[in-house]
Amino acid sequence: MIHSLFLINPSGDIFLEKHWKSVVSRSVCDYFLEAKEKALEPEDVPPVIHTPHHYLISIYRDKLFFLSIIQTEVPPLFVIEFLHRIAEMIQDYFGECSETVVKDNMVMVYELLEEMLDNGFPLATESNILKEMIRPPTILRSVVNTLTGTSNVGDTLPTGQLSTIPWRRAGVKYTNNEAYFDVVEEIDAILDQSGTTVFAEIQGVVEACVKLSGMPDLTLSFMNPRLLDDVSFHPCVRYKRWESERVLSFIPPDGNFTLMTYHVNAQNLVAIPVYVKQSISFFESGSGGRLDVTVGPKQTMGKTVEGVMVTVHMPKTILSVNLTATQGSYIYDNGTKLLVWDIGKLNPQKLPNLRGSLSLQAGAPKPEENPSLNIDLKIQQLAISGLKVNRLDMFGEKYKPFKGVKYITKAGKFQVRT
Amino acid sequence: MNGHRGFSVLRSEAVGAVRTALVSAENLQLTLKTELSQEEQHLKPHTHTNGGPDETHTKGYCTEVNDDLKEMLESNKESLKLEAMKRIVGLIAKGKNASELFPAVVKNVASKNTELKKLVYVYLVRYAEEQQDLALLSISTFQRALKDPNQLIRASALRVLSSIRVLIIVPIMMLAIKEAASDMSPYVRKTSAHAIQKLYSLDPDQKEHLIEVIEKLLKDKSTLVAGSVVMAFEEVCPDRIDLIHKNYRKLCNLLVDVEEWGQVVIISMLTRYARTQFTSPWKEDSVFDEHSVRAFYESDEEKTRDETEAKAYVMDPDHRLLLRNTKPLLQSRNTAVVMSVAQLYWHLAPKNEVSIVTKSLVRLLRSHREVQYIVLQNIATMSIQRKGMFEPYMKSFYVRSTDATHIKSLKLEILTNLANEANISTILREFQTYVKSQDKQFAAGTIQAIGRCATNISEVTDTCLNGLVLLLSNRDETVVAESVVVIKKLLQTQPTQHSDIIKHMAKLFDNITVPMARASILWLMGEYCERVPKIAPDVLRKMAKSFTSEEDIVKLQTVNLAAKLYLTNSKQTKLLTQYILNLGKYDQNYDIRDRTRFIRQLIVPNDKSGALSKYAHRILLAPKPAPVIQSAYKDRDRYQLGTLSHTINTKASGYLELSDWPAVAPDQSVRNVEVIEPVKEEEEEEEEEGSGSSSSDDSSSSSEESGSDAESSVEKNSSQSSEESDKSSSQSEKSSSESDTEKKKRKTKKPLQKKTVKPTAKDSDSDENRNVAKEARSSSAEESSSDSESDSDTDADSGTEHKKKTKSKAKPKVEVKSNEEVSLLNLDDFTPAPLTQLKSSVLSPSLLGDLEGLCLSNVSSAIQVSGPAFVPEKSHDLLHRMTGKGLSAQYQFPRQPCLYQPTMVSVQISLTNTSDHPLEQIHIGDRSPTGLNIHCFNTIECLEPEASVTVSMGIDFNDSTQAANFQLCTKEDHFSVSIQPAVGELFLPITMTELDFHKEQGKLLGMNESSATITMAAENMTSQPISRPVATVANLGVVPSGQDNVHRFAGKTASSGAVVLVTVELRELSTALITINTEKSVMGSMLLRDLKQALAQA
Repeated sequence: MIHSLFLINPSGDIFLEKHWKSVVSRSVCDYFLEAKEKALEPEDVPPVIHTPHHYLISIYRDKLFFLSIIQTEVPPLFVIEFLHRIAEMIQDYFGECSETVVKDNMVMVYELLEEMLDNGFPLATESNILKEMIRPPTILRSVVNTLTGTSNVGDTLPTGQLSTIPWRRAGVKYTNNEAYFDVVEEIDAILDQSGTTVFAEIQGVVEACVKLSGMPDLTLSFMNPRLLDDVSFHPCVRYKRWESERVLSFIPPDGNFTLMTYHVNAQNLVAIPVYVKQSISFFESGSGGRLDVTVGPKQTMGKTVEGVMVTVHMPKTILSVNLTATQGSYIYDNGTKLLVWDIGKLNPQKLPNLRGSLSLQAGAPKPEENPSLNIDLKIQQLAISGLKVNRLDMFGEKYKPFKGVKYITKAGKFQVRT
Repeated sequence: MNGHRGFSVLRSEAVGAVRTALVSAENLQLTLKTELSQEEQHLKPHTHTNGGPDETHTKGYCTEVNDDLKEMLESNKESLKLEAMKRIVGLIAKGKNASELFPAVVKNVASKNTELKKLVYVYLVRYAEEQQDLALLSISTFQRALKDPNQLIRASALRVLSSIRVLIIVPIMMLAIKEAASDMSPYVRKTSAHAIQKLYSLDPDQKEHLIEVIEKLLKDKSTLVAGSVVMAFEEVCPDRIDLIHKNYRKLCNLLVDVEEWGQVVIISMLTRYARTQFTSPWKEDSVFDEHSVRAFYESDEEKTRDETEAKAYVMDPDHRLLLRNTKPLLQSRNTAVVMSVAQLYWHLAPKNEVSIVTKSLVRLLRSHREVQYIVLQNIATMSIQRKGMFEPYMKSFYVRSTDATHIKSLKLEILTNLANEANISTILREFQTYVKSQDKQFAAGTIQAIGRCATNISEVTDTCLNGLVLLLSNRDETVVAESVVVIKKLLQTQPTQHSDIIKHMAKLFDNITVPMARASILWLMGEYCERVPKIAPDVLRKMAKSFTSEEDIVKLQTVNLAAKLYLTNSKQTKLLTQYILNLGKYDQNYDIRDRTRFIRQLIVPNDKSGALSKYAHRILLAPKPAPVIQSAYKDRDRYQLGTLSHTINTKASGYLELSDWPAVAPDQSVRNVEVIEPVKEEEEEEEEEGSGSSSSDDSSSSSEESGSDAESSVEKNSSQSSEESDKSSSQSEKSSSESDTEKKKRKTKKPLQKKTVKPTAKDSDSDENRNVAKEARSSSAEESSSDSESDSDTDADSGTEHKKKTKSKAKPKVEVKSNEEVSLLNLDDFTPAPLTQLKSSVLSPSLLGDLEGLCLSNVSSAIQVSGPAFVPEKSHDLLHRMTGKGLSAQYQFPRQPCLYQPTMVSVQISLTNTSDHPLEQIHIGDRSPTGLNIHCFNTIECLEPEASVTVSMGIDFNDSTQAANFQLCTKEDHFSVSIQPAVGELFLPITMTELDFHKEQGKLLGMNESSATITMAAENMTSQPISRPVATVANLGVVPSGQDNVHRFAGKTASSGAVVLVTVELRELSTALITINTEKSVMGSMLLRDLKQALAQA
């Protein structure tokens, strides 16, 4: 299956290699680097590259390329999914996934990779198991390690791998037992010039942070499970109970995990929390143009819209912008032609506005298309679909856990065409 | 602190010393070897470099560092060694060569320090291939570890041993694998499955022996092993499909519990298997499909088969089993699993079932960019064959400006595939936005897509063409060029009335610089030169001027145009043509010189030119077939979806072809399995428990395993048939007969089975509580547990028999009523399914028993649904005759368990026609909320004046008193009506003993309890009047009470089956305390309010 893995930074340096079968020379990466050269953006590098003897499957994530070498037929998604798990694992262990972090923890990353695959086939990918085998670094632990000469590699061998609930490690103990759930909903929308919704849908995810001792068996129920149209679960969720009773019943992994993702029934109309009034125009003469954008709250269910940010990919021919914002501040990067207007909280009384002039490069023709606006926003304490958690019950353990649910609505891929 | 540290250092040193002594024998050997190898290395210092560019440069530096490291490794201090190993592994990770250190490293292979040992393993596996002789020294350590009592040490030893790619140790590996394959620990067995692949790639000659091991491991029942062994099977002997037969059903049933990566492998293997073993489910279903699909889908081959074989198609129960057991995996978080289920459905499911995968595939589009890429590719292939599948999700394929280029073009591809007469206007409007995109490559792609839509949908051809002509005045060159090319293709399909467009293009010609576009225009001029007789020669004139500076492709078309004009209009163009031909003769490009020479011979008559020139006109101006613009994904489905081969559109090495369906299904009985002795599993159970890891779960899992054991093939058959009958009542007869035969079979097998069943039956009681948690998760486990239960029942265990009878007595009503509909019922759901008693909800409908008129629900205590204590006559208005234009409707709650679905509340509706004309086609229309689950009554064709009819329907109120709104429709009218149930109607009465009552009550305290004290009239102080008003208010059963002044009632909610317990305690001064225990606290408080009111009044 997966033969080798190379980690490559955006400038094309290979800084980590791992082989699970016999060694493949790193010259194989040349094919990939060639494709990378051709692509304008790193995102445009094709994920699957066919070379005479190998197949290269890569992902680009957190400014790093994870390139795997394949020799025989394998479902490409299998490899892609696994590569993402590696990135998530690094993130989980070291707090972020970047070149420096990997370089600083080279040995540990290498050890983890060794445990994750055997002969190219995934062996242990659950973070709970891995953490039992190789403990994540903490400041305290690294101090202790240097003093006593002990290491991060666990002496106890992973028990989770042997049990039928591989996602949970055994013998979990907490003094404060708590379980928190975040219901995060993202609105994906495309609005056209006039503000009409071309396409909108809500994607939700229930993130959990469960710190409970022993083997708790949790049941989470919703007030209105009918809203959920399509769901996918963490392996711990018992599918049959969802089918019959529409409740989530599970023995949770220890720590942070994604309990479920869902899609809200498309028949329900999606409430769009903000409206955008915009006019971007270029003068026929081609010397410049005007930009005027106003953002206002629309269907917010009485909550404040926070963290509003408007991002515009300006046409290549724009030379400079001269704008004034009534609220927040804007940054224009002339290299990437990216205009970012950070508004912050929306005040319904005084709508934020950004206006001013754009100047074009001398002699450049009038841009054909107006750039589209990407909106970012956040609403606390609201799930825009109206989904509500009904209750959380715990069985199997005696203590009373502390429970909490938080709702957040965010903009996903929220785009306004102009 | 300091002292303590000093001590620990001392101790570690001491330990090190002891260790050195212990392994001194090995060390002796090693040191001898070391020197030798160093010499060897001096002789050929560059042999083992792996080609890194910086290696040769830093060689000197490397050796220096290596000396340092060697020193550290040789020291006695554990920490120094560890530090050295870390640095070495760091070197390996960076791709630097560290093979020189092999002798120094390998000495530490027996270290007691886990991390050090692991690092040495890493090193060993990396360099063993290059230093074979030295690697051999470590083998004995692993051989010893293979006998270690700790399963994890055994496993890791096997893992490293098998990763050492040295041919000499093949026999040792083989032996180790064979031994590990019968290890007690499933984890070791899993490792051995991995080792099989490694050994096979090292020495393919071992194939035969390895197949034996695979065969053995395939029989393994552990979910841990399943994925790995199937992986080994796929790699070593994918053609030995016969090994799968006996394990097919087991694999299907285990699938849900296998780890996600194993699932992918198993599903793809089972897809191939199914294509060889079952007959095609497709032809039969095409009858039900819409015509379009039929036309699209049926290949010729299938049609011929249609004719030859008119026999009705019956799906093999094993085929159905596979489809059913993979379906839940569509909900997996792992995109690879979802994709593999989708491809399984695509390749195996009847046509009308494939669309259930759509939603999940569309969900994957939310995932990472790379996932999107693969999924979109597969959707592109699917959408060509079946537009209908993805059309409702068309908007999910709308392009965002932030998408990566390849994602954009795939989305475009799919949108084009989905275009049809109905949605083309929407799609074209969307395309309009794309054409203006800043990403010009994408804009060009959009224009091609418009071209394809125009050819596919004749209604919009003209619109598209006009739109494209408008684009010709676009400022961007690529857009214009692409438009020209597409217009050229479109014009070719219907050239008659488009001379205007050609003229327009001729005008634009001067401004267009993209060679392909210029060439296209020239070709158009030449091809239709008779339609534009004045312009064409002029264009040629311009071309003659600029000929030398044109691109090759344009030059070729110029020569072409010249030739065509010479033939049609030689008077005007003779000189021009000659001039161009002369230029072409001396062109640098040999293609152009060749072409010129050819054309000259063809068109200019001279003595040497043969007969060909007579036909020049016919050759050059022959009518040409219009190009077919079609998708690049047209033939992609020759590769199995989701595979690498599909993605790269060529056969990847190791790709296993998906065979065509066999015309006649091979023998089904090969999949029947003989009873397997469960002895080994029991041992395992002990072992696992002994290892002390979360013992309860381990044992529950293994008892589950043995459960599926007991299930064996015979049982599975029956469960399948029952499941099927579950699906369609029409098939129920068949399945019942099937299950009859099944029963007979079982009787004959009884003596054999008894042995296997016994432990399970025993377990199932004692383990119940522990099982609870796990079982609910997995369908297969559930089946197995319920099956084993039914086993124990039919095995005439007198105790269970007795129990069963009492159960069946407990709800005679259900049985009588449900004679017809029996296959629709999930009887187990009648039993209360409180959350504290997950078990009951876990049982799958075991219809075998139901068909016998028995209920197999295994409720541990004697909690049974009983008949209603009291049915109030009161009926409510649903539709008044005034508003209903003569139709009046009333409803009442008969308080019977609903026939249609156990979660529904049954409602009786009496419809009366008070008008003077007959009302036709009375039925139920739209409902809200939309998800509302109603079982409608059959449409009443005609209701005569003054006649009335009573129908019953089922409504799933979902345990809330929210009104169910729906429309009552007649032929002419729609009336919106709503049924608002009183909270008491949402219960089903249950009977239980007082003891059980207390037990249940004990579980529902605190938040789940609500109580109130009321004053009530003195005449109500006797028992009878108390139960009466309570029963009137709520559909609850009376629980016999030992005390005179305490009355108890019990019920469960219809939808979720939560237990509701009501206690009325009479006190002095005609007060009473009402206590309600239920986890549905909202319902509890509502019920309390109603009861308070009722009792105070009474």
